[in-house]
Amino acid sequence: MTNDPTRLEFRDPARGSELLTRLEHVVERAGRRISVMHVCGSHEQALARYGLRTSLPRGLRVVMGPGCPVCVTDAPEVDAAIAVASRGVHVVTYGDMLGVPGQSISLEDARSAGARVSVVYSALQAVEMARRSTDAVVFFATGFETTAVATAAVLDAQPPANFFVLSAHKYVPPAMEVVAASPDARIEGFLAAGNAAIITGYGLFEPFAAEHGLPVVVAGFEPLDILAGLIRLVELAVEGRAEVVNAYPRCVTRDGNRPALAKLFKVFERRDGEWRGIATIAGGDLRLRREYAAWDAREHFDLAPIADAPEASELAGKCRCGAIMAGSAEPSDCALFGKECRPDSPRGACMVSSEGACRIWHQYGLGLRSERELSTLRVRESSA
Amino acid sequence: MIREKGTVELKHGAGGPAMRELVKSLLVERLPREAALAATAVGPEDLDDGAAIPFGDRFLVITTDAHVVKPIFFPGGDIGRLAVSGVVNDLAMMGATEVIGLTSSVIIEEGFPLVSLERIRQSMRETSLEASAFVLTGDTKVMARGELDGIVLSTSGVGLAQRVVRDAGLRAGDAIVITGSVGDHGLAVLSARHQLGLEGDLRSDVAPLNGLVRVALGAGGEAVHALKDPTRGGVTGALVEMAQKAKLGIVLDESAIPLTAAARAAAQILGIDPLGVANEGKALLSVEADAIRPILAALRAHPLGAQAAVIGRVVSDHPGEVLLDTGFGHRRLFERDAEAIPRIC
Repeated sequence: MTNDPTRLEFRDPARGSELLTRLEHVVERAGRRISVMHVCGSHEQALARYGLRTSLPRGLRVVMGPGCPVCVTDAPEVDAAIAVASRGVHVVTYGDMLGVPGQSISLEDARSAGARVSVVYSALQAVEMARRSTDAVVFFATGFETTAVATAAVLDAQPPANFFVLSAHKYVPPAMEVVAASPDARIEGFLAAGNAAIITGYGLFEPFAAEHGLPVVVAGFEPLDILAGLIRLVELAVEGRAEVVNAYPRCVTRDGNRPALAKLFKVFERRDGEWRGIATIAGGDLRLRREYAAWDAREHFDLAPIADAPEASELAGKCRCGAIMAGSAEPSDCALFGKECRPDSPRGACMVSSEGACRIWHQYGLGLRSERELSTLRVRESSA
Repeated sequence: MIREKGTVELKHGAGGPAMRELVKSLLVERLPREAALAATAVGPEDLDDGAAIPFGDRFLVITTDAHVVKPIFFPGGDIGRLAVSGVVNDLAMMGATEVIGLTSSVIIEEGFPLVSLERIRQSMRETSLEASAFVLTGDTKVMARGELDGIVLSTSGVGLAQRVVRDAGLRAGDAIVITGSVGDHGLAVLSARHQLGLEGDLRSDVAPLNGLVRVALGAGGEAVHALKDPTRGGVTGALVEMAQKAKLGIVLDESAIPLTAAARAAAQILGIDPLGVANEGKALLSVEADAIRPILAALRAHPLGAQAAVIGRVVSDHPGEVLLDTGFGHRRLFERDAEAIPRIC
């Protein structure tokens, strides 16, 4: 029975109902409204995909924080990639980055205007493209520590001399510090991303929990993982215990992937950097160390914007991506959401990326009707 | 609405809201008066799978379909099998399971290999035999290299129906039945195009469905209230269209929806919702709840309906909406232009 590979144990609705009932009890026992934050697009995907937001207790608010790497990539970082591509250099990047606007245009716009921009699925594929070419290939490398490790691995393996990395990689833990310290968010605990914790280890969060007096629960991405993680997190928050709990033990250890971490910080160093719409995050950007300068696009190419770049659009000014990523607003709080801003005509990064809160909400129809209506969609009782 | 400077976009061919809007505003609303007055039981304004014309005590059903799939040979089928099945299925979804004849127009790019053309012809012939639906007349054109990408195959069909079954005929309390697993065609074509290497397990379901629909109508008779094949736009697109036309709601039980392990894996890798992906060998039926048992038994006894299952029900609240019960909560399913995947059929 348990040997059946098609049986999806972590998607068992019967166990889901049990966990939802338990979650309801712990929230009820708290006797007040509790807000917790997750920091991962994949957690939001799962919440939306399984309709979990229609079943969560009303006293529990689960907000998405700065969990979309594409979204937090700052406009000047995008502009640097556009500048390189617009000067005739072949720029390759992850598909989600194409539509993200810089100050005025996106890489996709630049491509339509004649720039050489291609999509890759991995850092390794970018290196292979350079190997097959005599021209320079600039990999516009984005993402959190999960994808940064892959970039580090190819750089540490002596890639060809015509391969360059334009790093816009970000490191999540310091961003959690900023959000935790923000009075607007009123967050009582964090649901940490299980995938990143596989690399960093859950021990990484222990100083954070102690310093901010907030519990952290590392959770996986199946619906039962998320529910179990939320139960533990609310319990800790209610009891006022600023502890770190690993609710994803089948993948995450306390120390993480030591060789991967070693490689990450062998190649990259942490610098202060702007996260789009949120703040300057101390130690939040990952940049190439001097030892890897031979492959650092920042050392070899002119990153200054090309002169005739058009003005930023007026609508972009109304975009609330920053507040949404800081957890102080929800996608449906933005006046553009679902109207001027849609997946086929995004105005902000949160609607471009498949990890962005706005894109996910739009994809699964959340916020397109009021939340109250959604939570009263008790279909089982309503008919038959 | 036609904008002066507008151009046709890929979404206008994706089978979703943008396509219906284009067809309505550009074609249907501007039909010559004579066409609008023609004595159709189901006409162009109904945007159904075909047109039905009263013919003695029966109905003559006509339909037409153009095919531009890429790649033209894919796991489980090819453009030839698709062209015959597509038009036979459009007829069957109107209740016309007896096909009088088909026509076929083919436009070929200069340089197209004759051996491929022969393979397509052979495949059309085999599919015709399966469906007892034969091409009676046709046309062939060749365009210069670069003026066309390979081959375009267009087929039309004429059939007879005792009773016209509409896609809008569902009633509150009905059960929604699907005749087998979802998403296989679209996922197989995409997987072949992206060379995911899943082809061994993942095969298009492309098949003529008139035999399967015949046994369902034989077992259910008038209890079969509505029929539709979930092609472009997938199960979501077909059900949203049915719900909107009937002004009723549909609630789907996700755990009951048949999905092969290969399709589930491919959908996850490609980041695609299998419910939004094309099928070319499946039918959706809205049937009276009392008649579920004989209809399911008849479907399951047919080789193309072995996995047939009740996947949802029609409700009077939530008119025009399709809701998915995931077992963990609910969410509304949307038809989307943005998820359009070009050239899959």
